[in-house]
Amino acid sequence: MNIVTCIKQTFDTEAKIVIDNGQVSTQGVNLIVNPYDEYAVEESIRLKEKNGGEVVVVSVGGDKTQEALRYCLAMGADRAVLIQDPALEQADNLGCAVAMAKLISQMEYDLVFCGKEAVDDGAAQVPSMLAEKLDLPQANVLTALEIADGQATATREIDGGSEVLEMKLPAVLSAQKGLNEVRYPSLPGIMKAKRKELKVVSLADLELSAEDVAAKTELVAAELPPARKAGRVLSGEIDEMVAELVSLLKDEAKVI
Amino acid sequence: MSIVVFAEQRGGALRKITFEVISEGKRLATAAGDSLKVLLAGDNVSGLAEELKKFGPDEIAVVNSDKLADYTTESYAGVLTDYVKQENPSLVLLGHSAIGKDLAPRVTARLGAGLVSDCIEINYDGGDFSFIHPIYAGKAVATYKVNSAVKIATLRPNIFAMEEAEGAANVVDFAPEIAASRTTVKEVIQQAGDRPELTEADIICSGGRGLGNPEGFDLIEQLADALGAAVGSSRAAVDAGWRDHQAQVGQTGKVVSPNLYIACGISGAIQHLAGMGSSKCIVGINKDPEANILTVADFGIEGDLYKVVPALIEKLKEVNG
Repeated sequence: MNIVTCIKQTFDTEAKIVIDNGQVSTQGVNLIVNPYDEYAVEESIRLKEKNGGEVVVVSVGGDKTQEALRYCLAMGADRAVLIQDPALEQADNLGCAVAMAKLISQMEYDLVFCGKEAVDDGAAQVPSMLAEKLDLPQANVLTALEIADGQATATREIDGGSEVLEMKLPAVLSAQKGLNEVRYPSLPGIMKAKRKELKVVSLADLELSAEDVAAKTELVAAELPPARKAGRVLSGEIDEMVAELVSLLKDEAKVI
Repeated sequence: MSIVVFAEQRGGALRKITFEVISEGKRLATAAGDSLKVLLAGDNVSGLAEELKKFGPDEIAVVNSDKLADYTTESYAGVLTDYVKQENPSLVLLGHSAIGKDLAPRVTARLGAGLVSDCIEINYDGGDFSFIHPIYAGKAVATYKVNSAVKIATLRPNIFAMEEAEGAANVVDFAPEIAASRTTVKEVIQQAGDRPELTEADIICSGGRGLGNPEGFDLIEQLADALGAAVGSSRAAVDAGWRDHQAQVGQTGKVVSPNLYIACGISGAIQHLAGMGSSKCIVGINKDPEANILTVADFGIEGDLYKVVPALIEKLKEVNG
């Protein structure tokens, strides 16, 4: 079973956001593999361990993104492809999906796996866009997955519950927290990863033009959210504090 | 020009987010001088048009087909794409719900358009729309422009006010050819109990590591019962296995914006604050005077939650009779 797993390198979730000239500053920020993509990588590796085949991790990014791909190789993926091109630096989600779909369409695969969204822009767009561009069925936000006889049975989180979907492979799937427990790379894994293939391709290599990936959306400006005004810590005996709190919620904040 | 809203229904019932999205669509249509058109798709859903009329659309296009009985991406994407191609609107709006998140990017890719997800505000400046979307789970807020002819956006639940309005409300049939779906829905599992969904809830009571044990959530449940609230959790409590991950609020969980968020035994890590920082009113209950949550909360109580929360439940029962 051959699986293509798409990942994004994102800021560490502990990162404090600094705005520089209307854009989010990347200075001094620790970069990680997007946490939801780690669930996708983990699930892909488990499926390979069970069924054989290979896991290819794919990303769009710059030089630093190689570190994220190496991390996935250390977890157990077999090889990696990075799509790197100046024309992709301002690309939006659709542009990245177009580039990855073109790459994936030239590979042999049974399954495309993504995280359900990236923790940076929180857009949750790429998996469905990939499915559309590859003309495949999709199942997003999965908390459980079984694959047998070329068919996927996927449990997807929906508002207020979940639903179980069935589809024939190939398909595009996206992982939610709860799908599995992500492993840490082992020391031998890290050593092996250094020798695994990490190929860098340009848009030209994929026979795509800058126009094919041109952004339809543009982040014009970013700012920090307005600071919440300082609150009040109540004082007194518990009964007094609780009585004051209830009256504040009722009469001042008017929320109960 | 027109603005198109996708009316989300599941099992023949319209979702709250639908009314929020139509209300915002109406506001933008009025500002831009566009008409507001609503696409209502499902199996035997014509009766739902009456409810939609109250929010002032100019037209409601209804598609009925047994192929649309369950939500499946491909069948619904075909219907919405065909409607957008027919109407050629300036703007298409959906909810940033499980269905909207799944559907909007597929349709966007098919149309080759631009999509801004999870908007908390959309503005019309006389010529163009701008889209406000929190990034890094709310640690920053970004303004986006879209340069495609059709612009697509999903709107965060619980942010946009529902507002009834006047409109022509013509109901028309729309009968596109409906694509077969390659996915089949085998089972739908509803969460037990009648608590509101986290992203739609007016009030959320959340518990964290400070509960000390999984049984501590019984107390949070009782508080939620007293308030008709949903129950949330910090990441620490989820990672400890005390609560299902569906309850997690924060950067790797749900982003919520209730009127009232009560954090019990939650320290207020940056990732958690990112997920609930847009709540209208925050209450923090924590025995650690240094806990970050007490600085962020509108009202903080420094104390043992096992003493404070039972007293709070009693007081609420007393006040509500």
